[in-house]
Amino acid sequence: MIHFVLLFSRQGKVRLTKWYSPYSQKERTKAIRELSGGILPRGPKLCNFVDWRGLKVVYKRYASLYFCMCIDSEDNELECLEIIHHYVQILDRYFGNVCELDLIFNFHKAYFILDEVLIAGELQESSKKSVARVIAAQDSMVDAAKEQMASLSNIIAQATR
Amino acid sequence: MEQLKTIGRELALSSQVGWGSSKEFLDLVKAIGEAKSKAEEERIIIADIELLRKKIGEPDVPRRKMKEYIIRLVYVEMLGHDASFGYIHAVKMTHDDSLLLKRTGYLATTLFLNEDHSLIILIINTIQKDLRSDNYLVCCAALTAVCRLINEETIPAVLPQIVDLLSHQKEAVRKKAVMALDRFYQRSPSLVSHLIPEIRQKLCDRDPSVMSAALCALFDMITAESEPFKNLTGSLVSILKQVVEHRLPKLYDYHRTPAPFIQIKLLKILALLGSGDKHTSENMYNVLGQILTKGDPSTNIGNAILYECVSTLSAIYPNQKLLQHAAELTAKFLKSENHNSKYMGIDALGRLIKINPECAEDHQLAVIDCLEDPDDTLKRKTLDLLYKMTKSSNVDVIVDRMIGYMRTISDAHYKTDISSRIIELAERYAPSNHWFIQTMNQVFEFAGDLVPAKVAHDLMRLIAEGAGGEDEDADNQLRSSAVESYLQVLGEPKLPSVLLQVICWVLGEYGTADGSHSADYIIGKLCDVAEAHPGDNTVKGYAITAITKICAFEKGAGRKVGLTSECRSLIEELSTSHSTNLQQRAYELQALLGLNDETVATVMPMDASCEDIEVDKSLAFLNAFVKSALEKGARPYLSESERLSIGGITTLASSNNQNDLSHSLRFEAYERPQLPVPSLSSFQPTVVREFEDQRTTNNNLRATYAGHSTSMTDTQLVNTEAASLRLDGIQKKWGRPTYNNTPASSTSSADRGRSAAGNSPAEFSKDEPVESSLKSAVESRYVTSRKQRPEISEEKQKLAASLFGGTFPKSQSSSRSSGSTGKVSKSSHSRSQAPHIGANEQSAQMRSANSSTSIDKGHEKSLPVSQNLATPDLLDLGDGDSAGPSSDPFKQLEGLLEVPSTAMPSKPVIPQQVPDLLSLYESTPSSGSPSINLIG
Repeated sequence: MIHFVLLFSRQGKVRLTKWYSPYSQKERTKAIRELSGGILPRGPKLCNFVDWRGLKVVYKRYASLYFCMCIDSEDNELECLEIIHHYVQILDRYFGNVCELDLIFNFHKAYFILDEVLIAGELQESSKKSVARVIAAQDSMVDAAKEQMASLSNIIAQATR
Repeated sequence: MEQLKTIGRELALSSQVGWGSSKEFLDLVKAIGEAKSKAEEERIIIADIELLRKKIGEPDVPRRKMKEYIIRLVYVEMLGHDASFGYIHAVKMTHDDSLLLKRTGYLATTLFLNEDHSLIILIINTIQKDLRSDNYLVCCAALTAVCRLINEETIPAVLPQIVDLLSHQKEAVRKKAVMALDRFYQRSPSLVSHLIPEIRQKLCDRDPSVMSAALCALFDMITAESEPFKNLTGSLVSILKQVVEHRLPKLYDYHRTPAPFIQIKLLKILALLGSGDKHTSENMYNVLGQILTKGDPSTNIGNAILYECVSTLSAIYPNQKLLQHAAELTAKFLKSENHNSKYMGIDALGRLIKINPECAEDHQLAVIDCLEDPDDTLKRKTLDLLYKMTKSSNVDVIVDRMIGYMRTISDAHYKTDISSRIIELAERYAPSNHWFIQTMNQVFEFAGDLVPAKVAHDLMRLIAEGAGGEDEDADNQLRSSAVESYLQVLGEPKLPSVLLQVICWVLGEYGTADGSHSADYIIGKLCDVAEAHPGDNTVKGYAITAITKICAFEKGAGRKVGLTSECRSLIEELSTSHSTNLQQRAYELQALLGLNDETVATVMPMDASCEDIEVDKSLAFLNAFVKSALEKGARPYLSESERLSIGGITTLASSNNQNDLSHSLRFEAYERPQLPVPSLSSFQPTVVREFEDQRTTNNNLRATYAGHSTSMTDTQLVNTEAASLRLDGIQKKWGRPTYNNTPASSTSSADRGRSAAGNSPAEFSKDEPVESSLKSAVESRYVTSRKQRPEISEEKQKLAASLFGGTFPKSQSSSRSSGSTGKVSKSSHSRSQAPHIGANEQSAQMRSANSSTSIDKGHEKSLPVSQNLATPDLLDLGDGDSAGPSSDPFKQLEGLLEVPSTAMPSKPVIPQQVPDLLSLYESTPSSGSPSINLIG
């Protein structure tokens, strides 16, 4: 199972964290520090796995962003690498050529998408389309809500004039 | 240009920020992004937290504003700060009617709260309601929260709704409901076990994603118990077959590979089902073969499936043809340029050698390349593999590598791990005691404080016992080489406490034994140790005791002991120490110096730490005393059960019963002593020793120590029992294989020497049966490894030969590995030089001869420990002149070594096996002593 997902930039700035196993705030900070310290200096040709306290962390770098997932020691590292890639592809499809800034300013959306890709530390859906569909459905509801709000505020504005 | 693009994007973002982020929030994110230093970032965040704390608490925050605040809290929390003041607002937001706000509320709560948080209870009601919602998105949001937040106690509250959702019309909901059940199963299997049929049914769901979720759940259940699911094998195999044959919708393809994640999940389950089950495994061979041939090794995901297939093949009942195929695949992985593939190859090889140890042979060089790779992860994985393939023929090379690696790392977690592995391998396969001691020293040096104290005790015991007693010279050489190496080690600037304790003990016991070092020199060293570690009372205790021993040995040998001023000031300092223990040790040293030489020689004989001590548990020597007491009118002794039935005294420890009488007032006064804890105060065994001595003595020291004696006897008796318990424990933790093996292998080297000289090897061979079979295997392999030699660089050849070939590691390793093995040959007994002279083949032959004879002996050796203790003819081990294993001298050692941290008023330090000393307690009036009780 996946214990946590971690995104950080080349400078070690955290972009997203999602914990599927219970970790206290202190442990989280420590894990982030240890992992970013361990992963960032690794060269490009080395393998994409590091040991971390008896677990394994699989990471992959996309532009300036590192995607990390922590898995059990018996899990399949290559599979996890593909799960990361799968997530990135969905992000890419959603944001349209995703870049770090998209994730910086819309991290909550990245979370929503992650919730559709992983649940309870397991990959839940291997079809990109259906993820896109659920997220789009959510967004359209939001848009509807927004319009409603907008029209409400219009009405209010008119009433108060 | 790049910057322009960024600005453009930001503008575009802020215009479409509709999702609710205000300018304020964007500014915050940007400010953090531009922060030059960590401190600046902290400052910004802390300011924002203060702002949020104020704003979020205001009454009537508009809902949209609140949503933004919550997202900001998520952000703050993500950056590692505490936002707990806002948790309640996130929980409140989940009640909101608007999906957007609800979703945000759920997101925030799942990120903020762990399942044991007290706010969870507030959210249950909302979740229950949302699970019944018509809107499938609301259901999905609630299910996501369920997977994260519901704990064991709250499962029943939502379980019925989730079961209903299993038949929801939307597959996304069904899928999440199954996952929620899986999560519940992980939390508490018993609560959902009645739903297993439903979950199995979900395997046939028309949507593959639901099936995939059911596989997750089944995987967990089968991991717990595979038997009830064996009948699923057929359907799982047919699902896998369909997936492999590309019958699932194209939608589930990933890089043109059909549903790879489902394949991998299925392979994992099949591995569990087929493990050790021939019949079940046979059903799988077909589809596994199909995957192996169809697999696409050019993509990463293809390799992931192939790797998973190899690990399934190595887990189920073996099929030679498929394993052959798997081995070829592994070879491909290993040869790949890609580090990830290499890593997976090493891992796969580690799985395959469990079935077929030979298959590592073909990949020697690939493995060695990985071992020398700059990539740390790969190196660790390879060490892992080496650990799995260690045997007695290559242990020195592998341990050498592991120590070499341990030296370079600082990660405490991994260091603990690797040091325990080294210790395990060294104990199991050590080729000689020398090597073992050297190895242990290195482990202590590099991972000192991470090593359990027991290991140190085992080491001291080994030095004290030597090779098992039949070769006194070799033992002495072992000891003097240990002394030499420790004197050398002492030069290092920073040593862990455990190692220092070992050093002090060994120097005290054997420092002057071979006469090459003067007592003054050793004492000086010991004083240095004590002074260099002012804060470490344990080390100081060891040091002063060691000094006491050396002085005693000197006096015993009739030489004059003149203490240096340095030493005197140490004694001075310790005798005013805050630790009563150190104080006592110092006083004892002083008292000892005042005795005449003969007494000292009896009190502390040389090298007697292994002497046998008989314990008379029935305390027969007190009979006369008891009798006279009874005659004088004392009450007779009652056993505990009798006492309890009379007085109902429950506080009395059972072990007190032997000599405590019914003097009820005394009972509460003495606490039941703790069982000896190896790391801290196990001075109890000493007490036992002293107590034993008490019997066998003449009383000449009584007067001297009378003043010290206090309430000893009670505790002594308890300890007699504690110590006897401990005796078993020690025997066991030292472990049979090692215990036999270490002496055995050194014997066998001697044995080889002898057989070269024409003697019969049979009586000496003591190798374990396992070892012997390994050796013959090794022998056969020796030929192959030789053949391969010419093409490759010499260093690698050597390494490969010593790792894999194994027949001539001795002669090679002594030239190659610098520290440890070299010393073995240097200082081992002259007869054991034979293998070095007799070339490889010869020694190999001898080994095999050796091993054939050893088998029947091996059977004998598997006697249970307890029996070993009882039988006198301990298979060569016991007939040496120093104590055999039966006596468990180690407990005595411990007594000597340990510094009691408790301030018990006994005298742990005084001496070794001295017959005389202890009778003093017999008659000294002390509140708890039996005499008083008897009379009273």
